[in-house]
This record gives sequence, structure tokens and C-alpha cells, in this order.
Amino acid sequence: MAKEFKRADGRKTTELRPVKAKVGIVPNADGSAMFSSGDTIAIAAVYGPKKMHPQHQQNPEKGTLRCTYSMISFSVSDRIKPGPSRRSMEISKITEWALEPALMLEEYPNMVVDVHINIIQADAGTRCAGINAAAMALAHAGIPMKSMVSSVSVGKLDKQLVVDINKDEEDWEEGEGATDIPISMTDDGKITHFQLDGKITTKQVKEAIELAREACKEIYEIQKKALKESLGE
Amino acid sequence: MAEENKREIVIPGEIIVKGEDYLPGDGTEKRGDEVVALRYGLSEESNKLVKIIPLSGVYHPRRGNVVIGKVDNINFNGWMIDINSAENAFLSIMEVPRYVNKDALEEVMKIGDMAIAKIWNINKRGIDLSIKLRGLGKIDEGIIVKVNPNKVPRVIGKEGSMIKLIKDKTGCNITVGQNGLIWIKGDKIDDELFAKKAIQFVADRSFISGLTDALTKWFDEEKK
Repeated sequence: MAKEFKRADGRKTTELRPVKAKVGIVPNADGSAMFSSGDTIAIAAVYGPKKMHPQHQQNPEKGTLRCTYSMISFSVSDRIKPGPSRRSMEISKITEWALEPALMLEEYPNMVVDVHINIIQADAGTRCAGINAAAMALAHAGIPMKSMVSSVSVGKLDKQLVVDINKDEEDWEEGEGATDIPISMTDDGKITHFQLDGKITTKQVKEAIELAREACKEIYEIQKKALKESLGE
Repeated sequence: MAEENKREIVIPGEIIVKGEDYLPGDGTEKRGDEVVALRYGLSEESNKLVKIIPLSGVYHPRRGNVVIGKVDNINFNGWMIDINSAENAFLSIMEVPRYVNKDALEEVMKIGDMAIAKIWNINKRGIDLSIKLRGLGKIDEGIIVKVNPNKVPRVIGKEGSMIKLIKDKTGCNITVGQNGLIWIKGDKIDDELFAKKAIQFVADRSFISGLTDALTKWFDEEKK
């Protein structure tokens, strides 16, 4: 392993891309947020809690979280077909699972909280940006939560672990290639979501989690700052 | 509102105060000896009780709230009223303080009519409304203004100071529904529109302190 790993964009291995966050960008929604990491931009709008329709999907024990992830057709250079796809439906479900442990929906039986996530511009790590934006939007909508959720993708480029990979790094082909590991955590470091496909040793998985923990702390501070600043306008 | 307690914006999961003797109030939870916020809003501490004042989100009906709603359906023993909340609200003919002909509920209120009602019960099935008290019932004239339900406490002011000021200055009769709908009834349309402008002034500046004074000033400027 090289002493000092050089990333194409000059970042350190533990350095995030420039992150921006803003709350309250969709005036019509009950809560909304924008989260961008480098060239990846996600916006999330929350509607509800409102009555679940159709009625047969109502859960009398607790409220339901319903996420809709979608990439806007111009978010990538080759236009993608708008509408639900296999990939976007999977990410919607993943986002629900990543956020639900932090939410306290017991107070809203038979109701649904709708979260719409749109990717305006994609440069890898869109599901993480989406989860970050959605967590802020849910907080902004006044939904009771045990904690915030922050998400980051750790990548393994050949044998080197790096934080918050971009599209160029995702397409890494040297050595073992690239492995993308999106991880979401609550602010006290509990993992709510972990995805992995690729080849990696158990030792490196543990290292990746530690890297993600540090990065999530940074993201949490940014989310916190954005939420606290949203009032003065 | 009183500013003796320092207020701070908190986010879910944030520790508000540390200490054994603090009590968790609305929107907070005790974890060990820390009081933790469970929702986004302003934290306020008084007499060791820590609570959160919500800043955003939908209206949550509470028993005893006076609300303004629109009749959106009629069934055989009452009216369904849309009060801007997730649960449907029901006004039974038993809660109307006069005789109602069961075959002609429309004579009392038609679909699309607005009414002021009080929430007297909330259960699993929904919300039960009543118009048996004074000041409640169908709205015949005047205008309705909609504000964010979270700003209603600011519009009313401490012990009604803000709304009293608006009533005095405009000469209108104003009823504020906790669900964010406000009914204004004045002698002239211009008075009603003036009151509407004043309410919107308050709602737009709900986060600044000393708002009653700012509104007094605004009235002086507007009247010229």
C-alpha cells in the first residue's frame, strides 16, 4: 500500500467533498431541505403526517414512512428516463429503512409521512445525499425523532479506503476495482443502514465503519447548523 | 412574550440541559441525567421544566381547541368538517344547541359552509366537535385568513394581547382557530382587509421578540 494515497481531486482519504445544506427550500411542503456534496445535489420535501390512502395500507399501530427517490432526467449527462425504475424503487426502500429507526411514528396511527427525494445532479453518493436531505426535511417538518441521521459512502479503491467517493472514483478499475459502501448512522453512532457489494475483508469493513463514523459526525454538524440557521430569514 | 428564559433552536437528538433535577416536558425525553430534544423547535426552560415550542409541521388537534373548518360531507347524524388535520372531524347533531330535523341537515349547514367549533373529544375513530358553547357555530359573513398553525400562539399573543390590539385598532371581531384559520368580521370590508394585513404582519415576523410593540408602530404608520 502506498504511503500517501493520492486522490484524483486532491482530497485526503478522510476528506469529504465540499458540503452544503439548506432547510426550507420548498415553501409548500411541511418540511424541506437541500443537501449537496460536491456535484451531487439532493432535495427532499416532506408532507404529512396525513391520513394514509388507500385505507388498506393503514397501520393502526404506528405511522408509516413512505419515501420516493427519483433522479431528475437531467441529473446525469445521458438523460435518464423519468419515473420509477428498479434502482429508484430499491433506493426508496433503503431510504425508508435508514430513516425509520430514528423516527417516532407511534404517535401517528393510520397516518403516513411522505418524503419525496429528488436528485438534481448526480455524481455518486446520491442515496447518501438523499438520506441526509430527507433527515433534515423530516426534522424541519416537526416529526418526532430520537436523533438525526447522517449518511456517507465509503469506497474501497483497490485496497485503499476513502470517504465520500465521486463518480470518477466509483469507476476505478485498477487492482481490485472499486467497492462502494454507503453507511447511515444516528448522531450517537448507531448504524441504521449499511450496504455493500464487492470484495472486502472483515478487518476493512470495521475500518470503513470507523471512517464513516468520523465523516457522519462532520455531516451531522453541517445538518445541525443548517437547521439552526433556517429561522433567522 | 416574556423573554426572561433564554430560548434556543434545538434539533432532534440534541441534549438541551444536563442535570438530575430537570423535568422533560413536551417534545423532550430524559436519557440518564440529560434532557434530549425529540423534535425541531425552540427550547424553553421554566421552573426546571424543559419543553419545546414547535416551529413547523402540521396541526395536531388537542382536546379543548377551538378550530375553524369547512363542512365537506353530511351523513345521517351529523357533518364531517375539514379542520386542516390528518384526522377527520365530526360534528354530531347532538352537539348542536337547537332542534335539528334529521331529514334536512342542510338547513343548518350545507357542504362548503364554514363553522367555528370546539374539539371536545379525540378518540381512535377521529375527532368529535361541538358548537354548544357561545361564540361557536356557522359563519355567515366576514373573511377567513389562513396562517401557519405554529404561528397561532404569536397571533394571539401573551394572554391575548396581540389579538386584542388588532381588534381595538381595526374595530373587527376576530376569532382565531388553533388550526391556523382566522375569522374576521368587521363593519366594512376595508376594516376586515386591514385586520388581515395586520395578522399577516404578525405571522411573517413571528420569530422576532417585542412583536406587540412592533405591531403598535406598524399601526401608527399605516394609519398616517
